Amino acid sequence: MFPPIPNPSVDPAAAKARFSDADLIRRSASEITPPAQRLTEVAKLIDVTKCIGCKACQSACLEWNNLHEEIGISDGTYTNPPDLTENSFTLMRFTEWVNPETENLEWLIRKDGCMHCEDPGCLKACPSPGAIVQYSNGIVDFIHENCIGCGYCIKGCPFNIPRVSKADHRAYKCTLCSDRIAVGQGPACQKACPTQAIVFGTKEEMKGWADFRIKDLKSRGYANAGLYDPPGVSGTHVMYVLHHADKPSIYAGLPDHPRISPIVETWKGVTKYVGLAAMGFAVAAGFIHHLIAGPNRVSPEDEANAERLTGVAPSGSTPSDGHEAGRTT
Amino acid sequence: MTNAWTDIKNTDLVVIMGGNAAEAHPCGFKWVTEAKANRGAKLIVVDPRYTRSASVSDYYAPIRQGSDIAFLMGVINYCIQNDKVQWDYVKAFTNAAYVVKDGFAYKDGLFTGYDETKRDYDRSSWDYVIGEDGYAVVDDTLQNPRCVWNLLKEHVSVYTPEMVNRICGTPKDKFLKVCEMVAECSSKTKTMTSMYALGWTQHSKGAQNIRGMAMLQLILGNIGVRGGGMNALRGHSNIQGLTDLGLMSNLIPGYLNIPTEKEKDFATYMSTRGFKPLRPNQMSYWQNYKKFFVSFQKAMWGKAATLENDWSYSWLPKLDVPSYDILRAFEMMKNGQMNLYFCQGFNPLQAVPNKAKLAEALGKLKLLVIMDPLETETARFWENHGVYNPADPSAIKTEVLQLPTTCFAEDEGSLVNSGRWLQWHWPGGSPPGEAKTDSAIMAGVFLRLRDLYAKEGGAFPDPIVNLDWRYADPKEPKAEELAKEMNGYVISDVMDPADPTKKVLEAGKQLASFGLLRDDGTTASGCWIFTGCFTEAGNMMARRDNSDPDDTGMYLKWSFAWPANRRILYNRASCDIDGKPWDPSRKLIEWDGAKWAGYDVPDIAPTAKPHDVGPFIMNPEGVSRLFTRGMMRDGPFPAHYEPFESPVVNVVAPKIKGNPVARVFKDDLSQFAETASPEFPYAATSYRLTEHFHYWTKNNHVNAVLQPESFVELSEELAKEKSITNGGWVRVWSKRGSLYAKAMVTKRIRPLTCDGKTIHVVGIPIHWGFIGAARKGFPANVLTPFVGDANIETPEFKAFLVNLEASSGPATS
Repeated sequence: MFPPIPNPSVDPAAAKARFSDADLIRRSASEITPPAQRLTEVAKLIDVTKCIGCKACQSACLEWNNLHEEIGISDGTYTNPPDLTENSFTLMRFTEWVNPETENLEWLIRKDGCMHCEDPGCLKACPSPGAIVQYSNGIVDFIHENCIGCGYCIKGCPFNIPRVSKADHRAYKCTLCSDRIAVGQGPACQKACPTQAIVFGTKEEMKGWADFRIKDLKSRGYANAGLYDPPGVSGTHVMYVLHHADKPSIYAGLPDHPRISPIVETWKGVTKYVGLAAMGFAVAAGFIHHLIAGPNRVSPEDEANAERLTGVAPSGSTPSDGHEAGRTT
Repeated sequence: MTNAWTDIKNTDLVVIMGGNAAEAHPCGFKWVTEAKANRGAKLIVVDPRYTRSASVSDYYAPIRQGSDIAFLMGVINYCIQNDKVQWDYVKAFTNAAYVVKDGFAYKDGLFTGYDETKRDYDRSSWDYVIGEDGYAVVDDTLQNPRCVWNLLKEHVSVYTPEMVNRICGTPKDKFLKVCEMVAECSSKTKTMTSMYALGWTQHSKGAQNIRGMAMLQLILGNIGVRGGGMNALRGHSNIQGLTDLGLMSNLIPGYLNIPTEKEKDFATYMSTRGFKPLRPNQMSYWQNYKKFFVSFQKAMWGKAATLENDWSYSWLPKLDVPSYDILRAFEMMKNGQMNLYFCQGFNPLQAVPNKAKLAEALGKLKLLVIMDPLETETARFWENHGVYNPADPSAIKTEVLQLPTTCFAEDEGSLVNSGRWLQWHWPGGSPPGEAKTDSAIMAGVFLRLRDLYAKEGGAFPDPIVNLDWRYADPKEPKAEELAKEMNGYVISDVMDPADPTKKVLEAGKQLASFGLLRDDGTTASGCWIFTGCFTEAGNMMARRDNSDPDDTGMYLKWSFAWPANRRILYNRASCDIDGKPWDPSRKLIEWDGAKWAGYDVPDIAPTAKPHDVGPFIMNPEGVSRLFTRGMMRDGPFPAHYEPFESPVVNVVAPKIKGNPVARVFKDDLSQFAETASPEFPYAATSYRLTEHFHYWTKNNHVNAVLQPESFVELSEELAKEKSITNGGWVRVWSKRGSLYAKAMVTKRIRPLTCDGKTIHVVGIPIHWGFIGAARKGFPANVLTPFVGDANIETPEFKAFLVNLEASSGPATS
């Protein structure tokens, strides 16, 4: 058993956050001076081969982050909801795969969510200063008050993870429970996992634990068992142990060779200046548009979404009307 | 469980059959992953579906639901044929050598003594030959053709790999691979653990399914050892506590029996409970029955229970039928023989078979009282919810009272887990609104009743007005007070017979162990097996020291395990006949020349010499039983019977439908589909999903998100045949009812071939209803047949027949 992370101390000093803005190594659309010494790099290791798909991680994520996901429908899979959303930062994806070598069925269950890339495509793609940051321990976090909802982070993400909220037009994804990590705890999903399919520690510890697991898998005939820590994004702070590490994509489309889109990579080059010029033009055009057409109006749909977000129902309408009407036929 | 959850980490092979531990017991399943990761243990799953447990298994073999006995007897046959037997264990610790009466035989699916009209056996020939010395006759050479071993060998010989394939549909190569892996555990240094649950119990021969595996474990020498055992994974939190406390119509706490009508007085009742040893020197621990019983009576009626009034024996109810189980209760309700039903923490409209019958029955009641923390379908059975509950409130006269109770997280007390650990818990929150603890509600009812009896008298006031009610606040007994009473206490001083100035027991003190209980009225104990849980040293259930010397997984200082804080039952059998561990690397206890000691509390008298006293101390034989004598209604060996609704004829006994001694009520018989019925061609089974807990969690938003809507699972082959699309609606119907659900078309279910016939399996999760946060849906009991196990009446939820078609879904108005 991987040694469990002790419960937090009740001493108020222990609740003091251990990292802050001074620990940033990257900040979207900003120049910063990284700290002289990085915090110890952390990682979450998801051992797909020990996962029983119980969704305790999904449940813990919703509860710790106080998220309200909609009650969906059954569409013929165990994957509920059917995709990541602005409220579901993590999702168990179920794949029925017949191994062509053995002709045996394998039910592959992968916990999907942010990989916390060492070289984060979302952050590189983000045009809004400080909307995406990376701490020196490797965690990539979204700072929602700086988010402009452009969705570039989704384009920049090699794993298709962030989702923009229809209510507040801001992008959301797994924070690796940076609030918990900051006080010496592991992420909520790890804490809830009954079989230690999710473990958390330093990146080095996780690699060592993965080796131990991979040896066991090889002894059981999984010759290609291995660690998923893709070099295309300089490694990740969420890693997988896979029985078939030679074929990541069988696990509900986990990219075989993830890398940041070349368009995002060139963003930092010449495109950036061309883009800035275009943006300057757009601001000017917008100002002229404002002078001619007047300010934007808040649409009723925006209003309803905002109300749902704040949980306040105005008189004369119920907040859930919009959703129910949209789904029930 | 004979062992503990934490002990599963000690195993070499986990067999999950008759259950789906990863799905239904995800937290306990961690010990399987520990065994795999640290010991290199293997996991076998045998199930009609490729389950979540199968997804992390080393080997999976499919089986048709309801054919487990044929499979298990097939494995036993394989072990016998291939000499994969732990011989030293079998010879010393089982009744293999016991000689059986000449009259006993098995032929054409029936044992000797069958009476077709009574659907029952005369079991008198199912017993040992008793010698002139009064003991059972044994033949240690196993040469006697009438000894248990030879009868067993003959009994299982029909279950060849070919026969297993014909009955179970398990491909022969897969069956043989399972046999091979299992048979390796006949080694003294390899153990296998059996993890099972409702997948074995919910059959008309459920008890025999479990016996089948227990026999196999005995043959492999895997009972009483670390990493072995028969491990029942209980389906409800604290359902173990429910049975321990005798919350069944035929039991009183601690597995003592409610008297029957024929047992008119205490002497008659005790006359069949002598438990005289069947072999020399054996402990036959039930010889202490009278001590447990009298102490129970004293806990119930205190001073009013005296030697003169037979310890108030006459105040106990007497059974006129074998049991008033849930199926009989609803049958009586439907027939207008029951007026008032107290429904405490139970949702029978969802949990008992044949919903239409249940709704009709509830409508015949005068008063229905619901005690529950949640809104339940049963409480709302009278409300119209369209197709989901087509009730007509204007036609129902039943008055329903709902008394809101606290939920487990809002009150204090103990829960007994599958491993028999009594774990104390403290409230995590305050109860909402007017909710009260169950004990406060029951106390309120009792005190009012007692006042009425005291004021107005009645036909039989004695048991009520004399009930011992020694609680500080009579209106709300505290959990600690109830626990202390359950543990037991000394009523009056007991002096040492050798030294009359010395007190052996002091009045008012808590008892430390059930060995101190007495049959002279000087001790009281509400549940003898719990004695030791709350002693003068305090609340042992609240202990939270997780030290575990040498990592044995015993955790003796964590909570309290009944009996006597013992973590592995029959642990004397972890040693050979000389008292040395079979596997020194997995030592549990051992004989040091003078006494038994080790990591666990020895399950034998500490000074009982190893050659004299057998490890199975509860049995008068001192050994375990491969042949159960007349103790089970449906045979001393398990025999294959088809479910009452089966897609195929019983291959080994073609004339027999279902279990020949299972009780069937007349009206229900006409509601069973014919064997191999073309009207109901598909073999259905029902089960739980990990995202939900029975019918509770659909009230919780998060659980409803994780599994929002009801579905049924079927193979790609059947979907193609019936033009059913994945995610589309289907209608499924049995001879009793019909439901709509979404189709889950999956590779995890494959058609089976049984005796040349293609059998399609349809899987039906149970969780949906017309109350709660999740989408409205139909519970599986709309479809299931009203018949139970022949011994204990657990309903046959796991195997029945249905038909299905693509549908446009339920009509919504």
